[in-house]
Amino acid sequence: MSGITAYGAYVPYHRLDRATIGAALGIPAGRGTRAVASFDEDTTTMGVEAARAALRSAAVSPRSLYFATADPAYLDKTNATAIHAALALDPSVLAVDMGGSVRSGFGALRAAMDSAIPAMAVLSDLRTGLAGSGDETNGGDGAAAFVFGGDAPAIAEVVGQASTTSEFLDRWRVPGDAFSRVWEERFGEHTYVQTTLDAWHDALKTAGVTAEVIDHTVVVGVHPRAARVVARSLGVRPESLADDLSGTIGNAGTAQAGLALAAVLDRAEPDQLIALVLLADGASVLILRATRALASSRANPTVAEQLATGSSGISYETFLTWRGMLRREPPRRPEAEVPAAPPSFRHEGWKFAFEASRCEECGHRSLPPSRVCAHCEAVDRMQPERLADVVATVATFTVDRLTFTPSPPLVAAVVDFDGGGRFRCEVTDVDPDHIGIGARVAMTFRRISTGANGVHNYFWKARPVRSANEGGTA
Amino acid sequence: MASNGIRDRVAVVGMGCTNFGEHWDKGAEDLLVDAAGAAFDSAGVHKRDVDAYWLGTMGSGISGLTLSRPLRIQYKPVSRLENMCATGSDAFRNACYAVASGAFDVVMAIGVEKLKDGGFSGLTITAPPSDGTTADLSAPALFSLLAPAYADKYGVGVDELKEAFTRIAWKNHKNGALNSRAQFRKEVAKDTIACSPIMAGNLGVFDCSGVSDGSAAAIVVRAEDAYRYTDKPIFVKGMSMVAGPAEGVVETSYDYTTFPEVVAAAEDAYGQAGVTDPRAELAMAEVHDCFTPTELVLMEDLGFAERGTAWKEVLAGTFDLDGELPVNPDGGLKAFGHPIGASGLRMLFECWLQLRGEAGERQIGSIANGKKLALTHNLGGAPGECVSYVSVVGSEPSA
Repeated sequence: MSGITAYGAYVPYHRLDRATIGAALGIPAGRGTRAVASFDEDTTTMGVEAARAALRSAAVSPRSLYFATADPAYLDKTNATAIHAALALDPSVLAVDMGGSVRSGFGALRAAMDSAIPAMAVLSDLRTGLAGSGDETNGGDGAAAFVFGGDAPAIAEVVGQASTTSEFLDRWRVPGDAFSRVWEERFGEHTYVQTTLDAWHDALKTAGVTAEVIDHTVVVGVHPRAARVVARSLGVRPESLADDLSGTIGNAGTAQAGLALAAVLDRAEPDQLIALVLLADGASVLILRATRALASSRANPTVAEQLATGSSGISYETFLTWRGMLRREPPRRPEAEVPAAPPSFRHEGWKFAFEASRCEECGHRSLPPSRVCAHCEAVDRMQPERLADVVATVATFTVDRLTFTPSPPLVAAVVDFDGGGRFRCEVTDVDPDHIGIGARVAMTFRRISTGANGVHNYFWKARPVRSANEGGTA
Repeated sequence: MASNGIRDRVAVVGMGCTNFGEHWDKGAEDLLVDAAGAAFDSAGVHKRDVDAYWLGTMGSGISGLTLSRPLRIQYKPVSRLENMCATGSDAFRNACYAVASGAFDVVMAIGVEKLKDGGFSGLTITAPPSDGTTADLSAPALFSLLAPAYADKYGVGVDELKEAFTRIAWKNHKNGALNSRAQFRKEVAKDTIACSPIMAGNLGVFDCSGVSDGSAAAIVVRAEDAYRYTDKPIFVKGMSMVAGPAEGVVETSYDYTTFPEVVAAAEDAYGQAGVTDPRAELAMAEVHDCFTPTELVLMEDLGFAERGTAWKEVLAGTFDLDGELPVNPDGGLKAFGHPIGASGLRMLFECWLQLRGEAGERQIGSIANGKKLALTHNLGGAPGECVSYVSVVGSEPSA
């Protein structure tokens, strides 16, 4: 069993204040916010961002990748391959989906944990429900990624774990349906509490510790009420109970356990014990001990940093539009073109990994890659160079109110990368009134559009740099 | 640049141009028949007298059949070409070279576009299958990239710059109001222009050229034969077509305040024509005012204004119909309309009318006073990656 060597979390930029749902529908909708994936994000793109955050924090190279989500962008076709490509992992690295259920997130963690070779688990979810439902209000979007094993020192060792499996009807969704259904809440509570406590006691036994010594306890699951009862029944010190992020991000389903664990790793001290308890079709418990390596390998950015730099909130109408529940009049323009398979395959390094080319003769960078250097005209003297993590500066910009986009207007800019290279691209997660020459931007992996044939066009956009440690100064 | 030029070796002896606008009752084939017929009549030739044809269209038909079928051209060479918004000019250029080479004595260049059958707002282009990584920006968005860059570089206020854009649109509409063939034949108040709905950046709908249908055609012959057809031919003095390496979109040194392709084409064309001071020597210029910032930047790229000063010259009226150098006296793309493949030849048509003194109410005074040169400028693409055409034509062969 390997320890965690790197972790990262991704919280989408946008927030929906629950009060706006309440105001729009005239119902009580609770307090706090939920995180909202933008119109150009899905579970795959959020997974990419979480995985990038993990790989930024430690020099590890996973040899297998497990992607778990209850909201896969594709069926039949593996979604982990796009993540694999966006991370520029070697073709020999296995990338597989573990999709469908919220519990698959823990499955991915276990698979990575038990792996004999360095492995990454990416947990991602995009949650919504019918307008006014608890799922809509209390759900949240986000992703988390964990690397187990590899050359880097473990930042958290696994000291105990246990699971129970229980077949009963609490929450389900028929393939193709946009929304989940649940059985009567009290039945789920009855069922979950006992099966979770069984797993909990088994896990403490394998770890050889008692509940009182746990420093951080994360209890999350598909049944929030049962999770609350469980938290009170574990026997842990009340102050060890960690925020389940339901008040800020919302319940991010498959990703929730990962996000909450990441938030704990963001602040845990060496030698502290961390317990993760997940209620999903039975229960799973993981007991970790933080190591001294944690302090120098925390995720960049942390969950708290992402919460602090999120948007001030979108309107409920925008949320419904982005989720496809409010059909709006499109511009009188052709729909975005669907990428063709062969050119996308030929240009995989560019399209998915954002690999530019650098001229061996003069050092000029070309985006997209070019066989002939635009600067010195040397032919076939190019080396691929990945610019996904290079920060850029806006040279000029525009706000296009005419072109087709799922969420008008489209903001675009000509951006100049630190160290050379220029690209004209969309800018996302940006207020059109707050873009200007000289603005600093970072690249983010997005779903540009989805064609009538169901093909998702994945590519990179620029977004404003949010904090100084992203390379905010030119 | 290393072009030899064909100064005074070919002449235009007849031209035709349809009205531009929304021709709901006409297809591309009708527009071609109309423009070609007008050009034949203008030159006093019959279809059978024309030895070869160059047809420019961006998307209103493929192959020479697009022209030979509606005109029932009898087994003659017809080339169909496309060079984005400079298509019409390139059709003319190739026709001229064919005559200059001695291959043919009488040829036609004709351009057409039928845009209004598309049903979309603005211009649309069908691209080949791709990897989906090019941001899908509209044409106004691409050209609006010039505005913040120009304001930033020259320290011009956004409002002052917008005022210059507005004045360009106002001027071109004013000129178009005097043109019976123009799509828009009314003057438009500056307030209406400035407050029009925003399309992209700070460009309103009145900063954009008209989406229209239309066709224009020219008959080109050997210069020595020109006076057999008309006593007022116009002669090709210089002609340059430049495709850039599209480095502006990848090179950080490009600053989005100029079109290097235009500078290169102008230098080449002026060299061929022997023009050294375009602002003083030219009687008029028809330039590619697809969007108002484009015309502003072109004034500098074509050497009509010093760098960073075109906005002041525009506001001072330098390029008005009665100004020092009238620009787009026919209303330009802005008011005459922009049927892509036809626009380059439409520009030439205005030079044809003006240099012959046939422009009626909008006849430029300096021509009667002895100025003999006119310029056309045609652009395709976007800032940083475009093709550009510049020609100088004149009403007299060199001494």
